Amino acid sequence: MSILTTLSTWLIPCFILIVLFVATWRRVPTYEMFVEGGKDGVKMAFSLLPFLVGMIVAISILRSSGALNAFIELISPFLIFIGVPPEIIPLAMVRPISGTAALGMTTEIIGTHGPDSFIGRLASTMQGSTDTTLYILTIYFGAVGIKKMKYALKVGLLADLVGIIASVIIVTLIFG
Amino acid sequence: MVNIIWALMAGIGIVYAMFNGTMDDVNQALFESAEEAVTLSIGLISILVFWLGIMKVAEEAGILSFLAKVFRPVIIKIFPEIPKDHPAMGYILSNITANIFGLGNAATPMGIKAMEQMKELSGTDTASRSMITFLAINTSSLTIIPTTVISIRMQYDSVSPTEIVGTTMIATLISSICALIIDRIFYYRDLRRTKT
Repeated sequence: MSILTTLSTWLIPCFILIVLFVATWRRVPTYEMFVEGGKDGVKMAFSLLPFLVGMIVAISILRSSGALNAFIELISPFLIFIGVPPEIIPLAMVRPISGTAALGMTTEIIGTHGPDSFIGRLASTMQGSTDTTLYILTIYFGAVGIKKMKYALKVGLLADLVGIIASVIIVTLIFG
Repeated sequence: MVNIIWALMAGIGIVYAMFNGTMDDVNQALFESAEEAVTLSIGLISILVFWLGIMKVAEEAGILSFLAKVFRPVIIKIFPEIPKDHPAMGYILSNITANIFGLGNAATPMGIKAMEQMKELSGTDTASRSMITFLAINTSSLTIIPTTVISIRMQYDSVSPTEIVGTTMIATLISSICALIIDRIFYYRDLRRTKT
């Protein structure tokens, strides 16, 4: 399994190397283009700010009042039986509904449990491996005026469920 | 939907604190967590700027269009309803390539364009088979490099912020393949229903 960790570490630097090499070879003004793209990054980070504040504050109220722990204790016997850390359940439930909310929850989980804890790694993987089904459905179908969705929502939500289960199994196998 | 969930989380927490006697903790958590969220967003700027900058260079260098060419044969198999040289194909490929590199902002406009083209093909306000397949691929999120997650892990001083790239890739691959299988199952079920 250490191969996978090495691959993870090498992937990004090597990707950057290839991009810069090809771009320079093709006479692309690399630095100017980098700055151009970077401007979008600034916009993105600032537009995320209110979402993150809202979600992280709401979850921290839930956590600090003791309500979240009470809820987790309630469902934990069953979850431990099937090998899922109970702490992850709120994230798994919100992930298909709202991207920013899920990002807020992932952040909160990583902050509370630490990024290198089992739960932190699981939240990271879950956040990266599924997407916000409802948001995509709303935007794509709304943009072109599709009124009858047929079985689209079912397929999307089932795919999310598979992604969540897959995340739990893989993170357990690799980081145990 | 999100509005209800959000209000419920805060509401339940406050009501629970009334009975649990943890109001002081709630007050403290309120302001501390708001501050933490702001600090985090500011911290995200560094990685987002860098990554989106690099991706812009990749786009200009033609790396994305090169990848689109590589995936073409596979995508043609996945969307049997769309004619090979139809513009919808190009947009679908661009959308998938952008998604793979975590360029959500670039992927969305391409996705909408793809949907428009597919609607021209079907000509109704009912979702077509290709549209649902396209959604299934998008919702299972073909990310290779989860930029935002990596940056959050850095913010919290992870020993190895990128170690989750591997697990994310495998999980994504599995969920994408399953999404396509689920999509096919539903499509053929739907087909049988309309025949009888």
